[in-house]
Amino acid sequence: MADESKNAVVEPVVSNNGYELIHSKSPLFYDLYDRKSELKHQTHYCPGCGHGVAHKLIAEALQELGVQDKTIFVSPVGCSVFAYYYFDVGNVQVPHGRAPASATAIKRACPDKIVISYQGDGDLAAIGTAEIIHAANRGEKITVFFVNNAIYGMTGGQMAPTTLVGQKSTTSPWGRRPVNEGFPLHMAELISTLEAPVYVERVALSDNKNIMKARRAIKKALENQCNGAGFSFVEILSPCPTIWGKDPVEARRWVLEAMVPIFPLNVFRDHKPEMPVNNAPPQRPVPDVLEITPVEGAHGAATGMHAHHFKNFTIKVAGFGGQGVLLLGQLLTEMGMREGLEVSWLPSYGPEMRSGSAHCHVCLSQERIGSPLISHPDALIAMNEISLRKFAPQVAQGGLILYNRDTLPDDFALPPGVRAICIPASEMADKLGSMKTTNIVMMGALLEETECLSPGTAMGVIEDKVKKVALLETNRKALAAGREFIDHQVRIAVTQPDGFAE
Amino acid sequence: MRQLCKGNVAVIKGAILAGCRAYYGYPITPASEIAEAAALYIPQVGGTFLQAESEVAAINMVYGAAAAGVRVMTASSGPGLSLMQEGISYLAGSELPCVIVDVVRGGPGLGNIAPEQSDYFAMVKGGGHGNYRNIVLAPASVQEMADLTVLAFELSDKYRNPAIVMADGFTGQMMEPLDLEYREPTLPDKPWAVKGTPETRANLINSIYLEPDELEEHQREMEAKYMRARVEVRHELYQTEDAEVLLVGFGIVSRVLRSAVETLRQDGLKAGLFRPITLWPFPSEALREAAAKVQKVIVVELSNGQMVEDVRLALDGKVPVEFYGRVGGNVPSVEELHAQVMERIAALV
Repeated sequence: MADESKNAVVEPVVSNNGYELIHSKSPLFYDLYDRKSELKHQTHYCPGCGHGVAHKLIAEALQELGVQDKTIFVSPVGCSVFAYYYFDVGNVQVPHGRAPASATAIKRACPDKIVISYQGDGDLAAIGTAEIIHAANRGEKITVFFVNNAIYGMTGGQMAPTTLVGQKSTTSPWGRRPVNEGFPLHMAELISTLEAPVYVERVALSDNKNIMKARRAIKKALENQCNGAGFSFVEILSPCPTIWGKDPVEARRWVLEAMVPIFPLNVFRDHKPEMPVNNAPPQRPVPDVLEITPVEGAHGAATGMHAHHFKNFTIKVAGFGGQGVLLLGQLLTEMGMREGLEVSWLPSYGPEMRSGSAHCHVCLSQERIGSPLISHPDALIAMNEISLRKFAPQVAQGGLILYNRDTLPDDFALPPGVRAICIPASEMADKLGSMKTTNIVMMGALLEETECLSPGTAMGVIEDKVKKVALLETNRKALAAGREFIDHQVRIAVTQPDGFAE
Repeated sequence: MRQLCKGNVAVIKGAILAGCRAYYGYPITPASEIAEAAALYIPQVGGTFLQAESEVAAINMVYGAAAAGVRVMTASSGPGLSLMQEGISYLAGSELPCVIVDVVRGGPGLGNIAPEQSDYFAMVKGGGHGNYRNIVLAPASVQEMADLTVLAFELSDKYRNPAIVMADGFTGQMMEPLDLEYREPTLPDKPWAVKGTPETRANLINSIYLEPDELEEHQREMEAKYMRARVEVRHELYQTEDAEVLLVGFGIVSRVLRSAVETLRQDGLKAGLFRPITLWPFPSEALREAAAKVQKVIVVELSNGQMVEDVRLALDGKVPVEFYGRVGGNVPSVEELHAQVMERIAALV
């Protein structure tokens, strides 16, 4: 894109009073606006429009800062949608109101580049209110230029969130009425209530003095970004002669006389906020983060050859949230995987968990698993009475129920062809020192009774998951207690059928 | 080494393997674990995770990151995807690659959080405005949640178009063994991106073409691209060689149908399964082949019948197509599908 003519030195014209006058456009603009379909030598903006001045000030600031090659200009929806016709920088045009969101991600992808979000009042203060507030609140290290002309220009003069009280527009034909449309939004003031922004100023393109102030504000907002400072925001009160129905000179005067009293010019923020200590995440190699690399000292996935007496074995675990229902299912699934089986674990999820009830399905199979949803489990671990009543009818013929109480409820009818073992697992776990190991007691009982998986694998999995030595010991005891209970129970079942219903 | 992993978490593990270092999202059940895994893992490998203020912001962050040329993704569920549709249309119109995961839940409206497949029209036919397509992949296991996420990144870059991984509540929430292998990802060169460099200064990312002829040309080029993408069809067959009845389903439903094929065959009915893996492009030709010798095709979906339209279009009236759907978060059991198939076969005979 290098163009000799563009970099040609423009001879300054010295006027009578000694000031330098430069009659040329910034070399940061394209020579010819080739992205336009016609009239490529001039902009699409109306005569007297503030966008032209704002563009010029931004272009000059970028030029002075020497950042043309590293600038990414994000243009909005509105009259300035075509900003990319003019700025000879990287250009991204984005959906209505979302420029601060897109600019956020661009800046994070290219942290050492200069990212500009240029937006009008409809774009920034109406449809994009959430995006600008949150980008500002995060302190995104971008520069936002907010061109406020109190009207929707591109769509032909509808009311803007910044339209003045009493100001007529095509959608406020009697003038803006606060009783119906509320009051004008003061974005600079709003944003300056947030902690993160480093610089918030409102300027006006109303007269030469204020335009020079705008020039300084725009440059400062960009300089801040060059220096790696945070979020900078410049609100630019800007004339829209065409829609306002005024000539360019009248329009400029209206900015000063009508808008400035409502939107006072001010530096609302100019400081660097104190950022608390940043807890930076540790940086680790991808295989470690993704657990592709085996954890040192862990038992790992393969625990040798295991013979299994089934082709498919399905388990449903159900109970209250907090009883370790889902975890028990996960542990059994992990064990199955380590024993070389195909496995799946499917939980109940969402509000159901929060309302207190939880269950999960575990499939262990010698073959690829079809449906992970179990209609008829071979084993039901019912951690409470509700689960027993709810799920017992689903248990497969010849299946087993392990119930977390010393007896079945009096009025409970065991489905035909299903047997139940009552085991006071919660009490046993409590005696061992932690009610939290109730699920491990139940696991011990399941393994001992069904021999679906090996207790050795169970201990391997538990040792990998439980890091505290004391808790690990309790878990080991819980597993053993569950197994011993079954051994004991089977012996007494012969004489005491109540405890071993069949 | 196999690891036990949740489907939603596997998505992020796949994404990281694919070189994705940027995630922008908003929480929603049953997809939140994707954002949680992204928050946990992606910053540890030098990437960006950001919880956006809304799905609208999230998809436009995706737009920005994609414009800057990085592999980027988001994930949500139905209501969130509805909010993202405008952004997806812009992404397609601006020809920006990205990956979007939809862990479909029950709808319409707030619906519920249980699994459905009722976003098929919205994802496959495109719920946003204008002429565009999404590449849509439908995983049916935890392994595929990772593998198809990797594929989605590759296809989205290849065609400079959004690619969607359309899962469901169950596939997102379930845990299964996941086998991953680490390879240094090969990231494609993106000379069109806007990176704030001298080489990319002349680049423009946009979707606005004021002149009708220009916009028409842009759309013709996009359409030509979509025609080229039709070679990306993928499907899976099970017991179709001698099948008399062809069952068609994707995602979690294909798992239940696979079990039903087995029980139906035990009862003497030669059933087979056709499972589309790509929902767009739809594997029409492979479906025609698989259905060439069957007496009946039965489509099962967790919807009131959406993919069945594409099945009927593909088969063009040559084979009778019946539909069975469950909605509201109900997932049919093997026995239920077995009975439904038997009932429809009895009507046939």
